[in-house]
Amino acid sequence: MSILEESVASLHTKIKNQEVTVAELVEASFARIREVDADVKAFLTLNEDRALEQAEKLDKQIQNGGEVPFLFGMPAGIKDNIITQDLRTTCASQLLANFDPVHNATVMDKLGESETVTVGKLNMDEFAMGSSTENSGVQETRNPWNTEYVPGGSSGGSAASVAAGEVLFSLGSDTGGSIRQPASYCGVVGLKPTYGRVSRYGLVAFASSLDQIGPLTRSVEDNAYVLQQIAGHSENDSTSADVEVPNYLEALGKEVKGLKIGVPSEYIGEGVDEGVKQRVLEALKVLEEQGAVWEEVSLPHSKYAVAAYYLIASSEASANLARFDGVRYGVRDENAKDLVEMYKETRSKGFGEEVKRRIMLGTFALSAGYYDAYYKKAQQVRTLIRRDFEKVFADYDVIVGPTAPTTAFKLGEQLDDPLTMYANDILTIPVNLAGIPAISVPCGFSDSMPVGLQIIAKPFAEETIYTVAHAFEQATEHHKARPEL
Amino acid sequence: MNFETIIGLEVHAELKTNTKIFCNCSTEFGAPPNTHTCPVCLGHPGVLPVLNEQAVNYAMKAALALNCDIAAETKFDRKNYFYPDNPKAYQISQFDQPIGENGWIDIETEENGPKRIGITRIHMEEDAGKLTHDEDGGHSLVDFNRVGTPLIEIVSEPDITTPEEGYAYLEKLKAILQYTDVSDCKMEEGSLRCDANISIRPAGQEEFGTKTELKNLNSFTNVQKGLAFEEERQEKELLAGGEVLQETRRWDDAKKETILMRIKEGSDDYRYFPEPDLVTYYIDENWKSRIGALIPELPDARKKRYIEDFGLSEYDASVLVQSKAIADFFQETVDAGADSKLTANWLMGEVSGYLNNNDMDIEETALTPQSLAKLIELIEKGTISSKIAKQVFADVMEQGGDPEQIVKDKGLMQISDEGELKQVVDGILDNNPQSIEDYKNGKDKALGFLVGQVMKETKGKANPQMVNSLILEGMEQR
Repeated sequence: MSILEESVASLHTKIKNQEVTVAELVEASFARIREVDADVKAFLTLNEDRALEQAEKLDKQIQNGGEVPFLFGMPAGIKDNIITQDLRTTCASQLLANFDPVHNATVMDKLGESETVTVGKLNMDEFAMGSSTENSGVQETRNPWNTEYVPGGSSGGSAASVAAGEVLFSLGSDTGGSIRQPASYCGVVGLKPTYGRVSRYGLVAFASSLDQIGPLTRSVEDNAYVLQQIAGHSENDSTSADVEVPNYLEALGKEVKGLKIGVPSEYIGEGVDEGVKQRVLEALKVLEEQGAVWEEVSLPHSKYAVAAYYLIASSEASANLARFDGVRYGVRDENAKDLVEMYKETRSKGFGEEVKRRIMLGTFALSAGYYDAYYKKAQQVRTLIRRDFEKVFADYDVIVGPTAPTTAFKLGEQLDDPLTMYANDILTIPVNLAGIPAISVPCGFSDSMPVGLQIIAKPFAEETIYTVAHAFEQATEHHKARPEL
Repeated sequence: MNFETIIGLEVHAELKTNTKIFCNCSTEFGAPPNTHTCPVCLGHPGVLPVLNEQAVNYAMKAALALNCDIAAETKFDRKNYFYPDNPKAYQISQFDQPIGENGWIDIETEENGPKRIGITRIHMEEDAGKLTHDEDGGHSLVDFNRVGTPLIEIVSEPDITTPEEGYAYLEKLKAILQYTDVSDCKMEEGSLRCDANISIRPAGQEEFGTKTELKNLNSFTNVQKGLAFEEERQEKELLAGGEVLQETRRWDDAKKETILMRIKEGSDDYRYFPEPDLVTYYIDENWKSRIGALIPELPDARKKRYIEDFGLSEYDASVLVQSKAIADFFQETVDAGADSKLTANWLMGEVSGYLNNNDMDIEETALTPQSLAKLIELIEKGTISSKIAKQVFADVMEQGGDPEQIVKDKGLMQISDEGELKQVVDGILDNNPQSIEDYKNGKDKALGFLVGQVMKETKGKANPQMVNSLILEGMEQR
């Protein structure tokens, strides 16, 4: 068994006691990448020289009796839309193929405080637009459980790298399900925190009012360790919440006896695969056996969520991606004869099809005469969706359902059909629109592919999520399953 | 046919915060290109704006001074357009919830007398960068030092009906912004900019005529000239049976005419939507009154006080209060003991002449209110003549110092000793019998000549009144 199979807590103790060196851990990570990444294709950029150099420095620090915070020396993969100083950050777009940032995302500074080791940057759907990572402008990442299948998206590289044991944890971003859906498809734990829980500074914006950075890990406990490190208010992000960060580790091991679970009928009804539904019902039984109770509830406006989401997210994206104009950075079309041609050629050549589709959709939705019918109406729907959740949370502690209606699909299967592709996120999108936290934890398999259980809670109730997820995880063996690669 | 003119003015004023509106870069003017920049104002991927609260305070102060209602709830919006000086390809501005609305300022013009001009709105936004174009057309350069400098945009109601009123509105607006100390208002540095639009319609017609927009108006005088030209051009166009097109025109100061830049088809679509990276700001009564308390006495109130307390004429008072620096200087000079009317004369005469000739602001000279007061006192006491005073003034302006000391050091004291003067006068009269003859024959000019000779002899130090009477006396005795 690779050393990377161990938990963050166990490795932390071993590093501290000098039973394992950081160099060993980091080298194990690169060894595993060399072994499997030709098949998985999770990484876009490797940071090997600097990572090994840092590992050596950290080992010396330990020998000299230096502090060893949690996550110290842990090899991590970072989604390529998170800005890393001096480490290429492309958002898997040809337009940013040459972009080396001069600054760091706040989450990178926070990980830096505990001296995690960035192993490399992870593949994604270009600018986080997609549900299969097939929209990457660079490469297709494969699902470690079956390399004929997609890993989900947009944080496909983040989920696949953790599932393949290449890193201990990764960071992803979730705008409409981009952490939870790939976590579900790849059989790992992925949390989308409450909007404002983690600073967005340095996350290349897709849809500013929905985006959130979160951790992907193999266990709930590991997940809590990472969130603990990256959560909190940041002065650089006006939308980050000035809410105290609790000790998430204390939420683990608590009983779920008496816990009230709401299961939206919309989440186990039509359109959800039978296999997925069965795993979710089994999971509910596991929680029931521990004293939790569940009842069917309704989120009546969730049927409008996908439509509202694609208007809001695309509108914001049309402005957020306008800065990629070739003027200051990125790959500029050098043959253009004038300014307008430079803009057009740079953006036509640099962006992929899906990105262009959404920019056009958003530009249209914001145009004079359409704003009220589209953007404004979508914002009203958003309010109704938020109220749906508020109503349920008045009576229930958590909402539980599947993360995605199906398991992973085959590469290329949905590529020509954007609407079917968009429906992958039907169960995750409402959570982003409401700004609330949710996790996906492995709950078994359907047709040999992993199924994810989604646990949703009130704003800033990540602790409740961890309590429930951990109780479920510890009562089952699902999280111990590993793909054969 | 009689026409009436409708003018609208949009003024952009840079707020004088030390740092930019959404990042910590300096707003200093004139630094080497792209030295006051960071990932945030350069629009790098992943950055987020953080509002500089001082900019909100300044904008609110200006809005209150311009009699606006302050929004209880104000937010920012994105205004989308591509241009190389606009790094995010959207400008963070305010669309439907500006910080101030429904304000006004009072103006006065010779042709129309006093009038109240409405202010539709004041909103906050970020400035753009600056483009320079290579003369050969090979390339363009962009300097992002200015990008992100906080601006307020002040939009007037269609109340202005003559170019002269437009000029008066701008003068008053500038004075108020300077008094409230929120902007330098230096048009030459671009910290104050003005766009104008103008339309005409047959007198009595309800609906507005088609308007044209004027750009490149780099002084208030040019705004007035551009509007006057445009007013006439539109009138001629209509009288000749043509129509006014919705155009953007540029004022050409050399040719003294407006030149077509582009014809506008419909309105630009900036696809405004709420800026999701910033939160809504709530302005309560406390905040408002805290800022309101910082507003000093404004030009109109000060003018009234100068007339009432110092007996200045309406005209003198309005000239003095136009610039806060001059008005403050006046006040301090009078407080230092100088006669108010003489102080006003000096400031409006010698001082303003000097400032105009040297293109300086009063703070840039070595003159202090104390030295001006002393200079005036020396004249009043008869220690120096007005002529000598001008000489001393030039010294004080350039090198500073105590006028009394300068007068002593240079021996410029006025000669008012009758014996001493009589001696000089007698000498001059002895040498100029012809002039005495001329004067007696009715040629008054001869007196002036003789006085001039005495002044020349005494290097201008002789008391002119005494010289005059001594010459007259002397001639009578001969």
